[in-house]
Amino acid sequence: MTGLRPDAGEWSHLMRERALTFERRQNMGEGGGWFSRLRAGLAKTRAGLASRVEGLLSGRGGRIDESVYEGLEEALVLADAGVTATMSIMERLRERAKREAPKGAEDLKRMLKEEIAALLRPVARPLALDPPGLAAAMVVGVNGSGKTTSVGKLAWRLQREGRQVIIGAADTFRAAAIEQLQVWGRRAGAAVIAHEPGADPAAVAFDAAQAAVARGADVLLVDTAGRLHTRTNLMEELRKVHRVMTSRLGQPLREVLLVLDATTGQNGLVQARQFAEAVPLTGIVLTKLDGTAKGGIVIAIASELGLPVKLVGVGEGAEDLQDFAPEAFAEALFS
Amino acid sequence: MPETDSPAGRGGAALFGNLAERLQAALGKLKGRGKLSERDVEEALREVRLALLEADVNFRVVKDFLAQVKERAVGQEVMQSLTPGQQVIKIVHEELTALMGGSHARLALSGKAPHVVMLVGLQGSGKTTSAAKLANLLRKQGHRPLLVAADVYRPAAIRQLEVLGQQLEVPVFSLGERHDPVDIARAALSHARDRGHDVVVVDTAGRLHVDEELMAELERMAEALNPRETLLVLDAMTGQEAVNVAQRFNERFELSGFILTKLDGDARGGAALSVRAVVGQPVKFAGVGEKLDQLEPFHPERMASRILGMGDVLTLIEKAQMAMDAEEAQRMAAKLKSAEFTLEDFLVQLRQVRNMGPLDQLLGMIPGLAGASQLKGLDVDEKQLKRIEAIIQSMTPEERAHPAIINGSRRRRIARGSGTSVQDVNRLLKQFEQTRGLLKQLGAGKGSRRARSIFARLFQG
Repeated sequence: MTGLRPDAGEWSHLMRERALTFERRQNMGEGGGWFSRLRAGLAKTRAGLASRVEGLLSGRGGRIDESVYEGLEEALVLADAGVTATMSIMERLRERAKREAPKGAEDLKRMLKEEIAALLRPVARPLALDPPGLAAAMVVGVNGSGKTTSVGKLAWRLQREGRQVIIGAADTFRAAAIEQLQVWGRRAGAAVIAHEPGADPAAVAFDAAQAAVARGADVLLVDTAGRLHTRTNLMEELRKVHRVMTSRLGQPLREVLLVLDATTGQNGLVQARQFAEAVPLTGIVLTKLDGTAKGGIVIAIASELGLPVKLVGVGEGAEDLQDFAPEAFAEALFS
Repeated sequence: MPETDSPAGRGGAALFGNLAERLQAALGKLKGRGKLSERDVEEALREVRLALLEADVNFRVVKDFLAQVKERAVGQEVMQSLTPGQQVIKIVHEELTALMGGSHARLALSGKAPHVVMLVGLQGSGKTTSAAKLANLLRKQGHRPLLVAADVYRPAAIRQLEVLGQQLEVPVFSLGERHDPVDIARAALSHARDRGHDVVVVDTAGRLHVDEELMAELERMAEALNPRETLLVLDAMTGQEAVNVAQRFNERFELSGFILTKLDGDARGGAALSVRAVVGQPVKFAGVGEKLDQLEPFHPERMASRILGMGDVLTLIEKAQMAMDAEEAQRMAAKLKSAEFTLEDFLVQLRQVRNMGPLDQLLGMIPGLAGASQLKGLDVDEKQLKRIEAIIQSMTPEERAHPAIINGSRRRRIARGSGTSVQDVNRLLKQFEQTRGLLKQLGAGKGSRRARSIFARLFQG
């Protein structure tokens, strides 16, 4: 975990203290994997859902009646899985229960987790930024979903793996977004290609692509401004950024990632549809899973759109951006 | 592009255009009954329940809320002018509005200045932008606000607020990233006193409600600042989680209200209802755009319509009533029924629509047109409206009353008179015919899909 320790002078002393806290936190999750870390985070509060479901399941001597199904259904809706996805999953569960006769409520819950994991397994795919060649990626999403931070963390992770990363600061709209990315660039040791605030984002993307090619970089990561998917002109701008990058590189981008906040409700599905219409999305980065939010919207997105989930953010530390693990995710829905 | 009438439950925008239609379908058979029976209400509320869940209202809040509505609705007389379905919606809407706090709630800035407004919330909810917008609004109301940049964690957050402050010409107090936020708070307060600022708007770092360390730090800030208002900044797209977040923050800080951000998207914003229900404090402002003047007082009744997915029907009715006197409205209604709608009426309608406000906003209020997915590609062109006006004004009264007589030479004259082309005139006449056909259909109670396409054609240049 030494990589976590920031360069002197770059982070404030407060950041340093926080970083140490992060390390402490990571130790809480001993035994590895992000589920244990997630669980450690969740254990801090949890008064709501978990205990209720547990109570419901254990309080009836494990017998399965309608209220058990209702409890599970409630848990799914409360996790933001959405009514449609919840209903279809519950239907499959009921059918399976008919076939396999679960021994009790706990057994039924296990089956539900399996159903959810099975639904998510096809969409759990790793990032496609491996060598050889220049691997280019861009991130898109609504305001505040965590694009800039995700780019920063990803650059940090890739640099640590020994890849040479170039970052394109194509969010030229939000005040100080460029500076924010430059701080991350210094932390990660990655070059940041930036223009003035208010510059044409497509021009920034072009220059970043140019630089990545010229310097023989391994990875190009381009940040874009947050935009609501309802703003047609801004979605058009996004198309242009993508087009310009693709044509400069002479090949498709390896990753076009939708950054989605885990606290997002049903609008997440609309976001996924609309962004996918503007640019060829390759997957989702699900951020802020370290709160009490379950991120169940990816279940809805998986069942309707089949869009892969590539990364999940489970903490504020740079290394807390991890691969998506369906079993752990399904487990955490009910923890 | 999502279809409006895709199966129920397919995600936000898709569902909500047609809640009203589905309700009508479910309750069509109940027409004409005198009182709402328990079964009527239950049937209707099942649909409402789905709609509320799809709008991200918290599961438990939905449960409690509908129990309350049911109690009130059963046995109520069905008003003459409404169907049972509409009656239930009306009750749901009223209860929603009441639950969200009736009318707009203001900031409580009484007592000894400087008054501190502290903004708190999760990462990415929009605190920094909202702080700047709020300062801008306060200044317009005659206050002398001071912005305080106390987010020392997110890289360049302080810089972000400084840039926004510069744009607005509102002073920003900061000590940089190397100070404890509690110290920044104290220093900011004495700075405000020295400089005669009457309101201090404090931007704090985004934090998770379960982050004990950062929550404790925020508590120390609150002690130092003694804020008049502690507002939780909440993303309108937040799902079921909104309740946990609001509860946690409220336990520690006694929230005085909320700012709901990113409402200019197509999220139905059920979180607004959830947090209001569990915390008991009102949403005070809504962020409705990226520009710094796009922070508005929050209107519970409009939000109620939005969450229900009815578009801003009631606001539209209200506005229409203001723009159009009752007699005129009756005359128009009669005309619509008898299909005697003339170009003259068309012009009157256009002018009234323009009196009501910007067209794109207005169209968003019409059920079936609500939600950007449907409005996509429909960039309303005010110039186009002016052109239509000019064309109609270049016609004789007889032509306006009987468009059928407008032949080729009349078309050329009208085009010359209005400074447009014959094609423009042709297009208008065609659109008028379509509109007239549509109105006939609407009179007969047919759907909004065609309405959409015709509206789209009407306002595209």
